[in-house]
Amino acid sequence: MTPALAELSGLLPSLLGPDAVITDPVRLRTYECDGLTYHRATPAIVVLPETAEQVAAVVTECVRTGTPFVARGSGTGLSGGALPRTDGVLIVTSRMRRVLSVDAGNRRAVVEPGVTNLAITEAARPYGYYYAPDPSSQQICSIGGNVAENSGGAHCLKYGFTVNHVLAVELVTPDGEIVWLDTMDPGYDLLGAFIGSEGTLGIATKIVVRLTRAPEVVTTLLAAFPDVESGGVAVSAIIAAGIVPAAIEMMDALAIEAAEAAVRCDYPAGAGAVLIVELDGPGAEVAGQFARVEAICRDSGAFELRVADDPDRRAAIWKGRRSAFAAVGRISPAYLVQDGVVPRTALPAVLAGIEELSARYGVRVANVFHAGDGNLHPLVLFDDREEGAGERAEQVSAEILDLCLAHGGSITGEHGVGVDKSRYMPKMFTAEDLDTMQLVRCAFDPRGLSNPGKIFPTPRLCGEAPGVRKGPHPLVASGEVDLF
Amino acid sequence: MNAGEALAASGVTVRAAGPGDAVAGASPRWVALPATTAEVAAVMGAAAEHGLAVVPVGGGTKLGWGDPPERCDLLLDTRRLNRVLEHAAGDLVVRAQAGVTMRALAGTLGTAGQELALDVPHEGATVGGTLAAATAGPRRLRYGTARDLLIGVTVVLADGTTARSGGKVVKNVAGYDLGKLFTGSLGTLGVVAEATFRLHPLPAARAWITADADAGTIGAVAALAGSQLEPSALEADLPGAGAPGTVAALFEGAAADERAKAAAELVGAGAPAAEPPAWWGRLPGEEFLLELRVLPAAVPGALEAVARAAEAADLRPRLRGSVASAVLHLALPADTPARAAEAFVPALRAALAAHGGRLVVWTAPREVAARLDRWGPAGAATLMGRVKERFDPGGRMSPGRLRSGR
Repeated sequence: MTPALAELSGLLPSLLGPDAVITDPVRLRTYECDGLTYHRATPAIVVLPETAEQVAAVVTECVRTGTPFVARGSGTGLSGGALPRTDGVLIVTSRMRRVLSVDAGNRRAVVEPGVTNLAITEAARPYGYYYAPDPSSQQICSIGGNVAENSGGAHCLKYGFTVNHVLAVELVTPDGEIVWLDTMDPGYDLLGAFIGSEGTLGIATKIVVRLTRAPEVVTTLLAAFPDVESGGVAVSAIIAAGIVPAAIEMMDALAIEAAEAAVRCDYPAGAGAVLIVELDGPGAEVAGQFARVEAICRDSGAFELRVADDPDRRAAIWKGRRSAFAAVGRISPAYLVQDGVVPRTALPAVLAGIEELSARYGVRVANVFHAGDGNLHPLVLFDDREEGAGERAEQVSAEILDLCLAHGGSITGEHGVGVDKSRYMPKMFTAEDLDTMQLVRCAFDPRGLSNPGKIFPTPRLCGEAPGVRKGPHPLVASGEVDLF
Repeated sequence: MNAGEALAASGVTVRAAGPGDAVAGASPRWVALPATTAEVAAVMGAAAEHGLAVVPVGGGTKLGWGDPPERCDLLLDTRRLNRVLEHAAGDLVVRAQAGVTMRALAGTLGTAGQELALDVPHEGATVGGTLAAATAGPRRLRYGTARDLLIGVTVVLADGTTARSGGKVVKNVAGYDLGKLFTGSLGTLGVVAEATFRLHPLPAARAWITADADAGTIGAVAALAGSQLEPSALEADLPGAGAPGTVAALFEGAAADERAKAAAELVGAGAPAAEPPAWWGRLPGEEFLLELRVLPAAVPGALEAVARAAEAADLRPRLRGSVASAVLHLALPADTPARAAEAFVPALRAALAAHGGRLVVWTAPREVAARLDRWGPAGAATLMGRVKERFDPGGRMSPGRLRSGR
């Protein structure tokens, strides 16, 4: 242990209380990874603060001793954003779990960062409201983590992401100051820049979320198609009809097989793909939209339709989809989850490309995706006992991202860059783009202590002058691409 | 090579400025008219080498908004950046150059049955100006504001660096969101060269209901935000000075009329109309324009605070805006005495702060403006200053426009 860490492990218990500081190696191992379990690092010290002032005190001591710090909520992230530093302090928000207020009159709630996503909805439900972003892990993931990752979920097609539902944040800056960022303030939208910054611009200690009125009607349709292509045709036709469903989800045959094995979701036999379309809103609107969606699905080749307009039947339809990630564990010893995004119209071409990759490398890929917004979650299956299988799966996974970028997409739609995808950032952004993003980092965190090593592949130091790179993007100038 | 020669050598159309090119009293020496992002970068690079202060301008509809620039050597006019670069209708996405007017954009998108669901108060406003000033209108309630609809941006910094963030997919969390940072920046961080937005299908129908404004109808219209009728906008127009006010609600969708009728019963409004009231989406005045933001439930309290402060200063403001999003514009006449304004603004700001609110002075007659704090306190003022320092260390981008010294 370095002198700085030795000093902190002596000092922090006096600031937070002895039971809020962990230095025992066995207990530290609990925190060695987040949801991305193949990246592991045991933190030097774990702290469990209960207040913003305690978080600020810890950060202040980290700054004084030059010690890196990483924030962690429930540890469900899928990109290693909360991967600890062996030479740093892990600040865990699990004891900051109070819903401070539910204010139906102002359609907002104030919560601490360790509150789970679903707990906000549960607190708001008695008033007829809910918190709209709903990542699959909503039962356990923390709102602080959602803010860090700008989490989405199945329903962001209609309702948007975390950034569209957070009205203000109390933040401990990487300097250890407590500051409020508020949508009501004039000037630069620092709140918008902070949300999704993956813990690199500070730690949210209170979050003011927008509450959404529960819709009058929710109707969920499950449509079984002979293949993914016909399902894709239906998705495009729904959008072209001017309908914005709350969600459009698709699973392919392999993903369905896994879900059947895991939770017996009882989807229509023989389906090459299932589509889940959820419509919500005023009854008069939903009724008309539902008739259109039903007709479109039939015209596109759906051979079986199931409809749910009560919570139980809706839960039955969603059961397979919600279990999909975990379910592939039933049909494969190990798997990688990818999170690429493509323009919706490129889905058929990209899915065909994934199939081709799968065949070429002999690696099975199960596809589960938010079809409405082109966010793919290919699950790349492999047997980790087989030599070279992990590498092949990594290769397929990487080439899927290349495919997404080639079609004008993104390397991540909702899981974040973290440590997992930082090496792909230069494929999506130029050095100028990344240098400019670093300006934001340097404004907030000139010492580079807040979650270092995430998002950016090789960050420059804040004092360092950028290389002289002016004029247009090199690939645009050479005529190779228009925009990517 | 002197600055004028350097600008000319950049290959970008540059002309000598005339008296009509002044921005809020600051007269530039040159006007540059780039037509591509590369040209913006070239002219910004030349300006950087000669330490020129640069003020970007689009449609020129909000030149008087915010503090006047302290210096302006070069006006960067975006009017030739007027191309819609890509409209991917199937993806509900559009990418446009910054100088495209919101009206021209709406025309292009409308032919495909789509729209950028962002109401702007000025006819000639451009994409870039709308982002820089973060203007939005009635439908912010349903669709959010510019920052919620912007999915990608290309900017050119003071030193000529071209940077891009986001992309052309709606769902994307790779890297920091520079677009949000530039939204509301009033040209102080750099030049927005291109922007990409998510679109919405044009609704099958729109229906408005209106009623005379009083405490009861204002409350009833605001309460529609908590109903399941999914209104797109809930507005009030309160001309003051004894003139009758109006409240109005907008519904969009195939069943808009049916939902509007249900709302009309709750509010006590008349039959739905297919057209908005004449004041809908327009500012109540522009010579002396304030913007109030409070928590939604504090709107009645804010209206009372306005009345009290106005009475004390012997002023008759006109109010208009969203009673549910709780963003209201307040207009005063151009001949408002400086002394009255000096009493009114701080008194109202303090009263709104008690409701968790903010007060911004967007425009003011020049002699009045000099005596007012336009922005009031902001929790993140220090961080904003540090962002500005990093993006524009020479302080050459629209200097002083967002806040003195920023």
